[in-house]
Amino acid sequence: MEIQTVSSVKLLIALLVPLFGTLGVLFVGKNENIREGVSSAASVILLMIVASMIPAVLHGKILVYHLFTVLPGITVTLRADGMSMIFALVASSLWTIAVYYSLGYMRAHQEHAQTRFNACFALAIFGAIGVAFSDNLFTMYLFYEVVSVCTYPLVAHAQDKDGYAGAQKYIVYLTTTAKLFLLPALILIYVLTGTLDFPHNISEGLFTGDTQSWIVIMLYIFCLFGFAKNGVMPFHHWLPGAMVAPTPVSALLHAVAVVKVGVFCTTRTMLYVFGVDTMHALNLGIPTAYFVGFTVLAASILALSKNNLKERLAYSTISQLSYIILGVALLTPSGIDGGLIHIVNHAFSKITLFFCAGAIMIAHHKKDLSEMGGLGKSMPITFACFFIASLSMIGAPPVAGFVTKWNLLVGSIEANQMGILLILIASTMLNVGYFAPVTYNAFFGKRPEGETYQGIQEAPLSMLIPIVIACTISVLLGIFPNFMMQFVKAVTG
Amino acid sequence: MDQLLINPDYPHILSTLIFLPLAGAILLLFVRNEYFARYWALGITTLTAILSIPLIKAFDPSTSSFQFVEQVDWIQSLNIQYVIGIDGISILLVMLTTLIMPLCVLASWSYIKTRVQAFMVCLLIMECAMLGVFMALDFVLFYILWEAMLIPMYMLIAIWGGPRKIYASIKFFLYTLAGSVMLLVAIIWLYIHNGYSFFIPDMMWQNYSSTAQIFLFLAFFLAFAIKVPMFPFHTWLPAAHVEAPTAGSVILASVLLKMGTYGFLRFAIPITPEATMTLAPAILWLSIAGIIYGGFTALAQSDMKKLIAYSSVGHMGFVTLGIFVLNTAGVEGAILQMINHGITTGALFLCIGMIYERTHSRELRDATGVGKHMPIYVTFLTFFSLSSFGFPATNSFVGEFLILAGTFKHNIWLALAAIPGAVLAAAYMLRMLQKIIWGGTDNPDQSWIKDLNLREIVTLAPFLFFVFWIGLGAEPFINIIHVSVENLLNNYHGFHSQVAAVTELIIQ
Repeated sequence: MEIQTVSSVKLLIALLVPLFGTLGVLFVGKNENIREGVSSAASVILLMIVASMIPAVLHGKILVYHLFTVLPGITVTLRADGMSMIFALVASSLWTIAVYYSLGYMRAHQEHAQTRFNACFALAIFGAIGVAFSDNLFTMYLFYEVVSVCTYPLVAHAQDKDGYAGAQKYIVYLTTTAKLFLLPALILIYVLTGTLDFPHNISEGLFTGDTQSWIVIMLYIFCLFGFAKNGVMPFHHWLPGAMVAPTPVSALLHAVAVVKVGVFCTTRTMLYVFGVDTMHALNLGIPTAYFVGFTVLAASILALSKNNLKERLAYSTISQLSYIILGVALLTPSGIDGGLIHIVNHAFSKITLFFCAGAIMIAHHKKDLSEMGGLGKSMPITFACFFIASLSMIGAPPVAGFVTKWNLLVGSIEANQMGILLILIASTMLNVGYFAPVTYNAFFGKRPEGETYQGIQEAPLSMLIPIVIACTISVLLGIFPNFMMQFVKAVTG
Repeated sequence: MDQLLINPDYPHILSTLIFLPLAGAILLLFVRNEYFARYWALGITTLTAILSIPLIKAFDPSTSSFQFVEQVDWIQSLNIQYVIGIDGISILLVMLTTLIMPLCVLASWSYIKTRVQAFMVCLLIMECAMLGVFMALDFVLFYILWEAMLIPMYMLIAIWGGPRKIYASIKFFLYTLAGSVMLLVAIIWLYIHNGYSFFIPDMMWQNYSSTAQIFLFLAFFLAFAIKVPMFPFHTWLPAAHVEAPTAGSVILASVLLKMGTYGFLRFAIPITPEATMTLAPAILWLSIAGIIYGGFTALAQSDMKKLIAYSSVGHMGFVTLGIFVLNTAGVEGAILQMINHGITTGALFLCIGMIYERTHSRELRDATGVGKHMPIYVTFLTFFSLSSFGFPATNSFVGEFLILAGTFKHNIWLALAAIPGAVLAAAYMLRMLQKIIWGGTDNPDQSWIKDLNLREIVTLAPFLFFVFWIGLGAEPFINIIHVSVENLLNNYHGFHSQVAAVTELIIQ
């Protein structure tokens, strides 16, 4: 397919909508109904603009919009191609759902500083959309940092000791890795290649043959660790720490927007800065796959040991994020397909799980799994959705995660890596190990002693409906995988 | 030899800029009225700023010659001339000075309560001397203005300073005076070896002997390194900053520190290129030491002004790093970073001054948690703090990017050694920002505190404008300085290949 670049102002509008949403929220902050109306309107408008770009991208066009030239070769430029659409569609569509969910959650919880919360929420989406639509490494780095800074207030939201401690860990991990690894990588890539613009295909990358290979390998390692939002061990610790945030934050940001910014940046760099050819030539792919394979297994094992539901979900996220990098690192068509489609599949399923955790928090005021025995009878819809979403995590048909697992397994066979195949199988078993008991215990387990669950019922509708929608989409993605797969195929060609 | 360009459209623009503040200061001596003094100083500095705008419009960026030159004999018996002009290296510094002075007056509006008239006189004299230093092309003229800056600055600290003002002002005075004594010896040596002329452009790119160059360079180095200040000559800076009134800190950080790095570019490199080549590696590693040391020390401060002062040591370390890698990206980044540091650190000192006016304390713990009650203030503070640690899309990022790009071209390990400085900068700025906006669970009661008034917003807004202008579109700024930097580096590298050729000839 002939690649055609078209200038489109839609990209700028898409970027500005959440920004103006933020300003709107701050402006009408005192009236909470209008404030939430602004958030909601912004999210819907954003989704519509992103959706309006679908036809052009599917016709093989690349939309670009140039904003600023900072220095020759360093610009702030937006682009929409297959890969950016994957992430932009996920982030914008889940924002529309999360707005309603967080409205219900924050009011039921009578949280303080809801205006600040809503403003920062929209600002984080602004950063995520910016990352999705970045046309070069500088723009991506800019919005990556915007996300780091804007989500600090969300993590510190409670403003108690735990909140501050978690938020401190969060910002220290993310800014330190970004400054220590990304900044030198960014500058050195510019010095070596004279450009930071992503090419239009995944094979060539930016490096020509005359760069010394040890420098390229060093830069690659810098990029892998620099985007620490990807949760790859050993720089994963910020994510469980960030679970002190209100649950809507954990759901949208620490299952979708923030962590996906991390893996999106990592995979974008792997495919568009280094490129499949260079990664093959320097043999970077398979070692990366094994390296993140360790995170897949270790995080799953840690998840088994967690009694706090949100912490268990956090470790599950760390494990699942590495699936994405693992798939891309296999460098085979199916591997890359499986990795990239998991950005979508994991997002919808994991947000469902976090939504459920929040609903349980509101209805039952409990966070620990040991206190949820038999709770399924009082909250059947919530736990049913939890069960379906956890099937997706495990990779069982017909839920979304199955599509991922299928492609990853095929990819590991294509790459002739039996070790990876074993890692994937072991991780599936572990997933069953830490997800199955949750639902089983809820429906068939014994009530904790002295607990009657009297008066406990499903969370308010403003929370329950988003749960059901997200869960339904998880299933639809499993039954009709082709819609999102089109964008992935636009990347792998 | 560079020719000197006289701009017929603006024949006396530079002299006007120098002498307008001086005339304003002299007239102000005869008026005893506080209100008048404030408005008069604001009027004069604003007028100077407006009059300086044609400079940037009429400046020809395609030549490295000195422009807007004015030349008259001054002391004929000693061949001392009044000759001034600007090139790509100095024009942005001149603009920075003229534009920042009205904001300094605004920042002192209610901060200074005693001897307002004398304070404003000091500010105006400072402006005259600072502009003169950046424009002077005669070494005696330069030296006189260089020394003349010390006296009003000394008075700003000693009269309107904090509790330890006497200690701080004397330390400032002695340090900078000690540095410039050797400079005077160097000037006289150069005078004798240049046919009894003080004309600076004639002194450049001459074949002085290697030994002489080393001594000259060391004399320059002492004077300029103290001014920058480079580690380990920096100890006067935190003391001076802490005790100085807000406007004094802003002038000190934004303009005075740049005199040192300007000196390296204007004198040390062109006059002693051979010694520069010999000693550059040592200065580069000294810069790295300053970057790391400044970062760690800033991280440990509980006094906000000290924190910013030590951050300056780190930031100026980046500037000297960029200068002495001696390639285009490095030097251009260094000049841009001089401007950026002036904007960002100046703005940060203003922000701290605004807190000080309210709480009468510079301690971080007394300012914790004001974010809730001062939303406008912390919005400004956030952007300036982000700029300070080189957040992308702000001005400092562009400067640091270019400096590090130049350093990577020069030596990859040197650049990697500077990176922890960037991490530390993020750490101490975010720490301060976190404490001021959020604090912890045991914040003092800040509910009585008032947010910024219109005057304060007007003071800070121009800084924010430049933070993003340079951060998102630095190209026009680079274009202004590019040709002058290229000329400097071509001469420098040309000089060395010439020397190498001669040496080869002798050996043969």
